[in-house]
Amino acid sequence: MTTSARALSRSIKTGLLLAGAAVIAAGCGSSGGSQAAGPGAATGTSGLTVPTAHVPVLQKIGKGEGQLNLIAWAGYLNNLWVKPFEKQTGCQVNAKYANTSDEMVALMKNGGGGQYDMVSSSGDADLRILYAGDARPVNINLIPSWKDFFPAFKSPPFNTINGVHYGVSLQWGPNVLMYNKKNFSTPPTSWSVIYNPTYKGQVTVPDNPIQIADAALYLEKTKPSLKITDPYELTQPQFQAAVSLLAGQRPLIEKYWSLASQEIFDFKNGNATVGAGWPYQVSTLKAAHFPIGAVIPTQGATGWADTWMLAAKAPHPNCAYMWMRYISTPKVQAEQAINYGETPDNKLACGFMNQMQPGSCEQYHANAPLAYFHSIALWKTPIATCDNGKPDCVPYAQWVAAWNTQVK
Amino acid sequence: MAVTIAPTPAEERERGGAWSRVSAALWRRPWARATLLLTPPLAWFVLIYLASLVVLLITAFWQINPFTTNIERIWSLSNFQTIFSSPAYRSIILRTVGMAAAVTVTDAVVAFPFAYYMARVASSRTRTILFVMILLPLWASYLAKVYSWLLIFTHNGILDWSLGKVGLGQVHLIYTNWAVFIVFCYLWLPFMITPVYAALERIPASQLEASQDLGARTWRTTRSVILPLALPGIVAGSIFTFSLTLGDYITPLLVGGTSANFIGNIIYTNIGIANNVPFAAAMAMIPIAIMAVYLFCARALGAFEEV
Repeated sequence: MTTSARALSRSIKTGLLLAGAAVIAAGCGSSGGSQAAGPGAATGTSGLTVPTAHVPVLQKIGKGEGQLNLIAWAGYLNNLWVKPFEKQTGCQVNAKYANTSDEMVALMKNGGGGQYDMVSSSGDADLRILYAGDARPVNINLIPSWKDFFPAFKSPPFNTINGVHYGVSLQWGPNVLMYNKKNFSTPPTSWSVIYNPTYKGQVTVPDNPIQIADAALYLEKTKPSLKITDPYELTQPQFQAAVSLLAGQRPLIEKYWSLASQEIFDFKNGNATVGAGWPYQVSTLKAAHFPIGAVIPTQGATGWADTWMLAAKAPHPNCAYMWMRYISTPKVQAEQAINYGETPDNKLACGFMNQMQPGSCEQYHANAPLAYFHSIALWKTPIATCDNGKPDCVPYAQWVAAWNTQVK
Repeated sequence: MAVTIAPTPAEERERGGAWSRVSAALWRRPWARATLLLTPPLAWFVLIYLASLVVLLITAFWQINPFTTNIERIWSLSNFQTIFSSPAYRSIILRTVGMAAAVTVTDAVVAFPFAYYMARVASSRTRTILFVMILLPLWASYLAKVYSWLLIFTHNGILDWSLGKVGLGQVHLIYTNWAVFIVFCYLWLPFMITPVYAALERIPASQLEASQDLGARTWRTTRSVILPLALPGIVAGSIFTFSLTLGDYITPLLVGGTSANFIGNIIYTNIGIANNVPFAAAMAMIPIAIMAVYLFCARALGAFEEV
């Protein structure tokens, strides 16, 4: 008994020692920053160069390598268009699904790259991927359908730097307000429902720091005194207003969903009746004959514009080019647009969409005027340098920190 | 009658050649034998396990570029400073330790009578059946078990439906920390029952008889004889339940609600999503430190004889 008592007191001493070391460790590092993501070496894109800018591009598509490793959003690699591609080219598609833009950035970097060929990343991830040197230039002349793209998606600033393309644009669309039609006799038209205590315990929103932009967009329209002009470029007071709106929303939240399948489960089982989601969830629930409603509220919506980016160390470049060529053709663009519920980048897709499903071209805005395009605030990476060149904006690392420590 | 003469050791050595000489040399030097036997597993342990752990922990003192998330090898303690200065991270650590402790205590309380019945009351046939019942869930996928709990807890799921039928109203447990707690208790219970059973089975019947002969009643015997002798088993089981709860992030992710951020979730979001490996490494140091303290205490209580 005495030996074990001594051992116990020794272990307690060790514990105290460890705790002491932790306190010292905490005290010593007073020079660093205090944000969760480490000291913010506030970097804008000005002054940055793309490390892979001078990597030579492929001049001619050679024989396929037989494999193609893709990182994609759920719903982007449907057998409807993947199977014919595999048959045509002999390139077998291996899919890895990611749930957030951040996860895509991480996957492209994991193991030093070299595992994946392409990623269907959104505008908020593209710049981070290519400035990190994880994407390589693309010879756009090898992708014939590119010339049929809407001008806004030919050389957009999120995937084309100084005239060099790092991938080919894919599709775009809004994040919609979803609601259970049984619970809403009159369809909601404002994002205010997800901040309304009436629906306490029934709201579900994405577990994603970019959600702060949704709050900022809502405040841009409902609180003009904050003078928000771009939900991704927020000064400290604007940012704090958005974060406190979300912190106030927290008691109403039933679940911050991190997988698209979770949101589908929660609507189906009645855990949630209203929330923010992607058209993928809407079309999946509709296909299951669930009374789901979806709307772009009067305040507008955040959205995404996706690009198939080519990995810097892509192990199967020929298959990757074949995929870019294939996925840009109007018929495949139409198939993906209808199935996922988003807007194609190829303007010729409209006719194919109406052939497949009459009225779908207009339903998914494939022929919409430019004004519709401007009503969607497309995801982009928040950086410290605002558009006016002043370093007053809150960078993305602080968005992540605030989401984890102030909102959730 | 021909007599076969056994070869002398010298002849044997010559015939066997190099191999025999090596084996003889090893026979004469036990330390060389031990070195040869232990080198491969030790090298494996040091290189693959310890070295990768050290590499991970070294990253805790680095930073990432917040825009490209590339690692920048600048030494500082800012990751640790962030953890200990932020009330949010402090409360996440406390919540995790509290959950691990609650799960451990609950599992111990549930496991003790169960293990006692198995070890000292049940017939050998019943004991086998009970063992199968405990071990069978371990054959099923972890995810399948968590998802089935999701179906039990969900709005109008089996639980709320049954409670409604018997007129008890609805508890609506889904997406609460109560749900996380129940699932953890269920998942780790076999890891508690098994070592407690092993400890109880080893108590000699004569000691219980002696206790009764000296006039101790059931409660006194349990408190003064059985519990102290079973304690190392309980502590051994608690190592499993405590450490498994401390590191898990999938159960909180699936059945947890808005306050279901645990240490494991912070590590997961920083490594898999935000790609902030240095901060995740710093966070990973905390459960390691907690478990180090815990294991020292467990050793003092004699738990390692039961593992």
